[in-house]
Amino acid sequence: MPKPVFNTERCKGCGLCTSVCVRNLIFLSEQFNSKGYQPACCKDDTRCIGCLICARTCPDVVIEIHK
Amino acid sequence: MKGNEAIGEAAIAAGCRYYFGYPITPQTELAEYMAKRMPEVAGVFLQAESEIAAINMVYGAAGAGARTMTSSSSPGISLKQEGVSYIAGAELPCVIVNIVRGGPGLGSIQPSQADYFQATKGGGHGDYRNIVLAPNSVQELVDYTYLAFDLADQYRNPVMILGDGALGQMMEPAVLPETNQQVTDKPWAACGLKGRRKPNIINSLYLDPNRLEQHNLHLQHKYQLIEQSEVRYEEYHTEDAELIIIAYGITSRIARTAIEKARNAGRRIGMLRPITLWPFPSRAIRELAQKTKAFLALELSAGQMVEDVKLAVNGARPVYFYGRMGGVIPSTQELYEQMIQVISGEGGKGDD
Amino acid sequence: MTEKLFTRPKSLLDVPTHYCPGCYHGIIHRLIAEIIDELHVQDYTIGIAPVGCSVLAYDYFNFDMFGAAHGRAPAVATGVKRVHPDALVFTYQGDGDLAAIGCAEIVHAAARAEKFTTIFINNAIYGMTGGQMAPTTLLSQRTNTSPYGRNSEACGHPIRMSEMLATLEGSIYLARVSVHDAIHMTKAKRCIRKAFELQLQGKGFSMIEVLATCPTNWGMRPLQAVEWLKSEMIPYYPLGIIKDSTEVK
Repeated sequence: MPKPVFNTERCKGCGLCTSVCVRNLIFLSEQFNSKGYQPACCKDDTRCIGCLICARTCPDVVIEIHK
Repeated sequence: MKGNEAIGEAAIAAGCRYYFGYPITPQTELAEYMAKRMPEVAGVFLQAESEIAAINMVYGAAGAGARTMTSSSSPGISLKQEGVSYIAGAELPCVIVNIVRGGPGLGSIQPSQADYFQATKGGGHGDYRNIVLAPNSVQELVDYTYLAFDLADQYRNPVMILGDGALGQMMEPAVLPETNQQVTDKPWAACGLKGRRKPNIINSLYLDPNRLEQHNLHLQHKYQLIEQSEVRYEEYHTEDAELIIIAYGITSRIARTAIEKARNAGRRIGMLRPITLWPFPSRAIRELAQKTKAFLALELSAGQMVEDVKLAVNGARPVYFYGRMGGVIPSTQELYEQMIQVISGEGGKGDD
Repeated sequence: MTEKLFTRPKSLLDVPTHYCPGCYHGIIHRLIAEIIDELHVQDYTIGIAPVGCSVLAYDYFNFDMFGAAHGRAPAVATGVKRVHPDALVFTYQGDGDLAAIGCAEIVHAAARAEKFTTIFINNAIYGMTGGQMAPTTLLSQRTNTSPYGRNSEACGHPIRMSEMLATLEGSIYLARVSVHDAIHMTKAKRCIRKAFELQLQGKGFSMIEVLATCPTNWGMRPLQAVEWLKSEMIPYYPLGIIKDSTEVK
């Protein structure tokens, strides 16, 4: 199963990935990372289809897709 | 051989295969000569869209590890200053020829020495120095152009040849050096990783002020080394001289003839001719100040080098100045009269 | 053992960038690095980044790099490529850099058919200095130096650099792309890759103009900026291959 893995500390909370997930799985966390950004995360990674679009959209290579 | 051609041949002998330039009188002949010669030695001649572009091509070629040069004349050298500052900051070796003409502004196309400040005090923004060589014959144009490439590589620093239209046009016999076979190892050059693990970065940006200060201290340390090791000058009849002329380049040749005339008239006049304008032969001048009675700086300017002479002499002896500007070259008789006036105690211009 | 379906290309160093949230520089850097990995040319790639937001690109790319003076990257690249004709040489320039202060350098590098590639980031504003009007700033777009909106009477019209360079014989491949969604990103990558391949084949000058957002200086949230790029920039700067002299007609 494909699974998005977020490097939360690198995330700048721009939200670009949240708009491109075909399953609408990505949202910005209520929590803050040490840089003060609210990082992106996945609400249910079992539903990820591994389309890679979120990873490719991220300007900061925060998201890796593992299998 | 003509002066301009001598520079070109010496550069090729030194292993320079990348020339980037732009036409401007009175150095255009050098560019034209390189346009003809570079293809014959499998080198690159490129006429850039501006002096600014030419010096940045030099920055690229030098950073990529090649022996490279550009040439221009005063207004064009002003345009190049942005690039020269970056080259000095990034510590890249290159040779810049300035066939100086009268200024300011468009000025004239006649020989001048009014770019002394610009050449020796940095010229662009920031704390940096160029090594500045001032030949006074066609043979010296050959020798010092050749040397310039070695000095540039050795110190990773821009080296400027300061000439003028008179030297460029002068026809004299000259012996060319052997072709340089040594390839300087440049492990810092940005030429592709080629198995190296850490990328090479050619750059002059240090956003952290402390790191920039460290970089500046490193540069200053290098400049001190150059000042200790690379001062070049020639003395002429200084041993018993009561008056010492300080003159470089074309002016030193006229001065020499005038000194010969004065010697024949029993006047004890000598000359110290700086060959490196930076580093300046301050110590030699300071030592001469112990023996002589006065100095007279002769320049084709309103008085630029004379300031360095005064700094070297530091008040120990009077320092006089005589100069012509805007491309006017003084006659032997004119300089002779100036020397006689000073040595006869009638003083002259510039004594503080 | 975890298999990675998507990870950082090895030509892009694993370090945080200084770019603002949502800025497209990061995406474009990654696409370039991916292509360099795919073409196996990391060992002989030399990049040149002049002054602009991407001035620190040498801290992010994992290959030899030059910093350059504002606008002068095409001249620097000319020097580099003449010394190393077999290297993959590219400049990475913003709109102020390329279309204003470095206009002479880019035009003449293209005219000479210099065999390097320019990645031209057009975000219609000066980013690094904090949001001033660029030659590519759209009419009525507000910036810090066009606070009432760019007015053609006083400031002229925005320059379409790709079309301008297309008139020169020396430019062989020019494309305008965007990276605002997956489809456009794929197209952008294909174009950059083609430009690099043509360069490696010893062909002339190539440039890929990438439309980019600058949420910070546009005064928008990143997702708003994407919409502005689509609705305002693309109509004035049409996407597509502007010139391809290598196509067999």
